[in-house]
Amino acid sequence: MEVWHRMKRSPMAVIGLVLIIVLFVMALFANVIAPFTYSKQNLVHAFESPSSKYIFGTDEFGRDIFSRIVYGARISLQVGFIAVGISMFIGGFLGALAGYYGGKIDNVIMRIMDVLLSIPSILLAIAIAASLGPGLFNLMIAVGISAIPNYARIVRGSVLSIRGQEFVEAAKAVGSSDLRIIFKHIIPNCTAPIIVQATLGVATAILTAAGLSFIGLGIQPPIPEWGAMLSSGRSYIRDYPYMTLFPGLAIMITILALNFVGDGLRDALDPKLKR
Amino acid sequence: MTKNGTLVEVKNLKKYFNTKRGLLHAVDDVSFRITKGETLGLVGESGCGKSTLGRVMIRLLDATAGEVHFDGEDILKYSPGKMKELRKRVQIVFQDPYSCLNPRLTVSELIAEPLIVNKVFRDKASMNARIRELMETVGLAERLETVYPHELDGGRRQRIGIARSLALKPEFIVLDEPVSALDVCIQAQILNLLDHLKKEFGYTYVFISHNLSVVKHVSDRIAVMYLGKIVELSDYKVIFTDPLHPYTQALLSAIPIAKVGSKRDRIILEGDVPSPIEPPEGCRFAGRCLYRQDRCTTETPELREIAPDRFVACHFARNLKRGGK
Amino acid sequence: MNERKLLLDIQDLTIHYETEAGRVRAVEHLYLELGYGETLGFVGETGAGKTTTALGVMQLIPSPPGAFKGGKVLFEGEDLLAKSEAEMRSIRGGKIAMIFQDPMTSLNPVITVDKQIAEMIALHRDVNEKEALEQAVQMLDIVGIRPERAKDYPHQFSGGMKQRVVIAIALACDPALLIADEPTTALDVTIQAQVLELMKELKRKYNTSMIMITHDLGIVAEICDRVAIMYAGRVVEYADTKTLFERHVHPYTEGLFNSIPDLGEDQEDLKTIMGLMPDPTNLPTGCSFHPRCPYAVETCSRETPAFVEVEPGHKVACPVRAAAGKNGKERAS
Repeated sequence: MEVWHRMKRSPMAVIGLVLIIVLFVMALFANVIAPFTYSKQNLVHAFESPSSKYIFGTDEFGRDIFSRIVYGARISLQVGFIAVGISMFIGGFLGALAGYYGGKIDNVIMRIMDVLLSIPSILLAIAIAASLGPGLFNLMIAVGISAIPNYARIVRGSVLSIRGQEFVEAAKAVGSSDLRIIFKHIIPNCTAPIIVQATLGVATAILTAAGLSFIGLGIQPPIPEWGAMLSSGRSYIRDYPYMTLFPGLAIMITILALNFVGDGLRDALDPKLKR
Repeated sequence: MTKNGTLVEVKNLKKYFNTKRGLLHAVDDVSFRITKGETLGLVGESGCGKSTLGRVMIRLLDATAGEVHFDGEDILKYSPGKMKELRKRVQIVFQDPYSCLNPRLTVSELIAEPLIVNKVFRDKASMNARIRELMETVGLAERLETVYPHELDGGRRQRIGIARSLALKPEFIVLDEPVSALDVCIQAQILNLLDHLKKEFGYTYVFISHNLSVVKHVSDRIAVMYLGKIVELSDYKVIFTDPLHPYTQALLSAIPIAKVGSKRDRIILEGDVPSPIEPPEGCRFAGRCLYRQDRCTTETPELREIAPDRFVACHFARNLKRGGK
Repeated sequence: MNERKLLLDIQDLTIHYETEAGRVRAVEHLYLELGYGETLGFVGETGAGKTTTALGVMQLIPSPPGAFKGGKVLFEGEDLLAKSEAEMRSIRGGKIAMIFQDPMTSLNPVITVDKQIAEMIALHRDVNEKEALEQAVQMLDIVGIRPERAKDYPHQFSGGMKQRVVIAIALACDPALLIADEPTTALDVTIQAQVLELMKELKRKYNTSMIMITHDLGIVAEICDRVAIMYAGRVVEYADTKTLFERHVHPYTEGLFNSIPDLGEDQEDLKTIMGLMPDPTNLPTGCSFHPRCPYAVETCSRETPAFVEVEPGHKVACPVRAAAGKNGKERAS
């Protein structure tokens, strides 16, 4: 696809893509890559600095930080993609309905979205996570719901611009039902902005999840979520800075990589749209 | 079919739009008949309502008031179920070959759409056979089945649009500026195609265009529209040799003729086409008319049959005198 | 013998664009002449290269993808291709002005029309702001816009009026050459008539030479003294208007005339040309028109036809038809 060619031209996008692939590999083959399990405690070796045995050192329970980071990739990617999946499908569907029918339906849906948007997304996520209770699954739902309005807005905008195109009129002229028009004709032509938003959205989701875990919502120990690791490392930051350094770096690199890919995709898709 | 072979009869059709600045009279009390097998040309400049009229006639837009009788029945009163049935008999070809085709579908899928939606075929094989048949009819090579519209030029895209409209074997086709976006040579190819199709299958056309020489070439009768109303309706030859309405006269004299040394009295209209929003009382054309009289600004002229099959909406048709007010 | 003094003399101009899809041969070995006070109709279908030629004259071809590959553009005797950007800037608007098809996008929506004209005047003449504005209002009057509307914004005007403003800007500095790229295509028929009448009147008044790019032979008949027919990057026929309409020679010109429905007679089928304009990244060998030409012979696919004079002032790029039509070809009218 020509999109691929254009993406290859941007070195940042390529770097980002490589890093994401590395992340996926880490997540998939965590049990092979990580020398230890993420929960194995070894109090004798607690607070050890990075060494050849413990590449990133150990935490307060003697657990290998490197292994926890590797397993943590799994968690982050799961949260990122599933949360985005939730927001994309629910938000996208609502946005499509609002954009296609307009009028009262549009009003009702978008006003609900406005209410959600008026609450800072992280607070919204906190509220949902707190009410649902702890757990990975609830974390994904909380993060997912908080991002629904973004997708609703984007899809609605796309649908509005496509709805006026003659091929939609043509579909009506041959007797197509509204539902068929939305799913077969309109939505496939809206994918570009959604893809870009989704890519960047994964980054935000991971960050939000890290934030929630940092303050104790969502993931429960001993699950190695990077944000939670950051949080527990806080108390020891003066003496053992590596306990916060590595999870922090992992988060930063992942977010950067996703942003590079998202930017690259946006640029690659845009000229095509302009044409 | 009713008396005299009338296939379509439009009665007092109105389409108004609510805009922020007031009520837009896109189609304002239009009435006419179309005989089976004829081509009615619909001409006018931007804002005259011809495209809107074409769409309201086949209920792609809902009318504000009036009746549209197709084969004796008022289709504006049809239930959604009956409308779906009707779609098989009335079709439309759009102006812009670049936006009337879903860019994500291949040529074959685009033509298949009406067949799928109306469940015409039980199995894929018969449907594909029909698609190939349609492509051949409009002159599209078979190898283009899997191609996407953006890979093709305007002429071929327009052929796809035509093939799509023929898929359900309609009787009546509204053609909304089908060749305006095409280059002259391709335009001629498509006009020839439309002509052949009509001769072979006996379609009834409404041909909407702003290009008078094209309309003359294809039409049996021509209706001239101005600001939502029909101002003249006559046989295609007569309207060119003996235009009765002052607007028709001005329109005809404005066309640049591709002949050297043709001298003619150019009627240059003053001012711009007024807005169809909250139009003035009386004759809509009075503001720019050279023959304007007092009566013209107070009384709206009706479309009257002034001679057999010749309709004009002007108080002073055949008695035009300059220097009114 | 061509005795008339040439304002514009394009010789063997070649412009290519390097794109991802290949080398676009937009203009190939193009020859074009324009005398003082003449109006030249530049006719061709989409993709023929008319706009590229016009932009080439103005040196407005974007330079990374586009490149001049040869030829000269002699304006008032001097080669424009040899001029520096600073020199070209003073020529653009001052000596050569251009107006485009879509008046909607030619005008700046946030500046009043008088200021837009004044900007042009101030760029090329030695006047202060007040004088420039005064002259601007005069220009508006000349194109038929009342002075009360001088402070209006473009969106407050209709399409035809906007095009008049565009014309006012173009003629503000009394250029020697006006290039008009399909100026009336986007306008309604009756408005088009108004604008054409205006252009004719201004042409008479200022004696401006004009290149009118159009695909409408009717406009050519009305307003042009000479015509050049363009196909796939080349001029294939060039003559004065009467000669072209009555005695055209090139098969493409013939095809163009046949494609237009005749307002006079009834016609059955329109005798048009089959096929499509060739892909400029993949032009046919020899004569670019030969795959669609009903008169093509074997040599047509091998040799690029030369642009030769078949009668005084009438040049054609088709050896086959030039030889055949020695006694002239009357168009049935």
